[in-house]
Amino acid sequence: MDAQFAIAGRDFVISVTDKGVMSSILKMKKNQDKTCQLSSHTFMSVSGEPGDTSNFSEYIQGNVKLYSVRNSQDLSPSETANFIRGELADALRSRSPSHVNLLVAGYDKGAGEAALYWIDYLSAMAKVPFASHGYCGYFLYAVMDREYTPDITLDGAKALVKKCFEVLKTRFVIDFADYTIKVVDRDGTRELRQDEL
Amino acid sequence: MARRYDSRTTIFSPEGRLYQVEYAMEAISHAGTVIGVLSKDGIVLAAERQATSNLLEQSLDNEKIYEMNDNVVAGVAGHAADANTLINQSRAIAQRYLLKYDSPMPVEQLVRRLCDMKQGYTQYGGLRPFGVSFLCAGWDSTFGFQLYQSDPAGNYSSWKAACIGENYSNAQSILKQEYKDEEKEEAGPNVRTVGSQMTMDDALKLTCQVLSKTIDTAKLSSKKLEFATITLKAGKPFIHVYTSTEIDEVLKKYESVIKPADSQ
Repeated sequence: MDAQFAIAGRDFVISVTDKGVMSSILKMKKNQDKTCQLSSHTFMSVSGEPGDTSNFSEYIQGNVKLYSVRNSQDLSPSETANFIRGELADALRSRSPSHVNLLVAGYDKGAGEAALYWIDYLSAMAKVPFASHGYCGYFLYAVMDREYTPDITLDGAKALVKKCFEVLKTRFVIDFADYTIKVVDRDGTRELRQDEL
Repeated sequence: MARRYDSRTTIFSPEGRLYQVEYAMEAISHAGTVIGVLSKDGIVLAAERQATSNLLEQSLDNEKIYEMNDNVVAGVAGHAADANTLINQSRAIAQRYLLKYDSPMPVEQLVRRLCDMKQGYTQYGGLRPFGVSFLCAGWDSTFGFQLYQSDPAGNYSSWKAACIGENYSNAQSILKQEYKDEEKEEAGPNVRTVGSQMTMDDALKLTCQVLSKTIDTAKLSSKKLEFATITLKAGKPFIHVYTSTEIDEVLKKYESVIKPADSQ
């Protein structure tokens, strides 16, 4: 029941996740950051089974960090995404699978372009221009499909995110209190407030 | 009593040396020469196959130069059988990396993994060290062309031009003299630049020149030589292992630098 989506331009990715934590009919929390910083220019948003999300993302975060310490060089977004997919696929076929849905966003400094990867809990992966997980996709893919152009600017993407919020507010049965909005581009990762859109 | 410190590979002598490792390195300095020369736009590797019997069936495969990965080619000096297992392991490591990250393994990482394997045998008991040195020529997107040399102890180092095997010290002094280095390259503290003024042609020429002076033979020929280059083709590393006709062509092209050595 999370809201999780992201839009990639040529040289940036903007990612949105809701901050709510629900258990059955109960609201547990409304300020949970569901993103996980992997390196200066790569992060991922995580949804799924509550315990699995933090366990899996901490495991990935640790191993991506380990790679950069060992090799004094960061993994690129595509390498990171492939690594995550592999780990998730191995876990899936073990006694302890993780039920997590991921959006990996990053800026590849070498190639000079942004990348967004969609990975679901069955570890299917795709490099996509925009993506969403869960119920909110039913509403948001329509909006993003219509409004998205490959040469979208950051301002354009911000406006599109606003439209997505409007649709969720109007049509979705859940009212999301607050969102984590993150942008990654050549300068690294930064968080935006909702009023900065 | 000198044998006291010889029988085990992993025991230091009173002078703090590991004799078995030193013997392994000594063995390599009698093996066929391998030369690597870095240039602006690629690397040349050349190797000498040591004299064998006329009765021996000429092998079609290379026995001194191997592709380790799409972006790394290596020349070996020392025990061929030892080299084979290490080459196999390195290829597997490189492929596992490709499977995990879907991108080619950076050259230094592969060399480091290879050297970790070698180092293990200088520390864990009972087995002798690998009697092989490698010259690994490779390319990756972060550091460009790189040439690494490794020894049985598990040390590795990066070179602009290097030589292992028989007569390596002679070859190295010629390389040092003849290698055209960038005079002054203003580079940032963390920038590793190639800094070479050599072109691929220069590198090939220098390689032939050094070969002719280090190999103890009347005339260089493709029978006893192996050549390989790694260059960039459409932004991707391209490894070319020379056929014997191509080697003869190279030798013919640089005849002028080879001949003076013969007349010496």
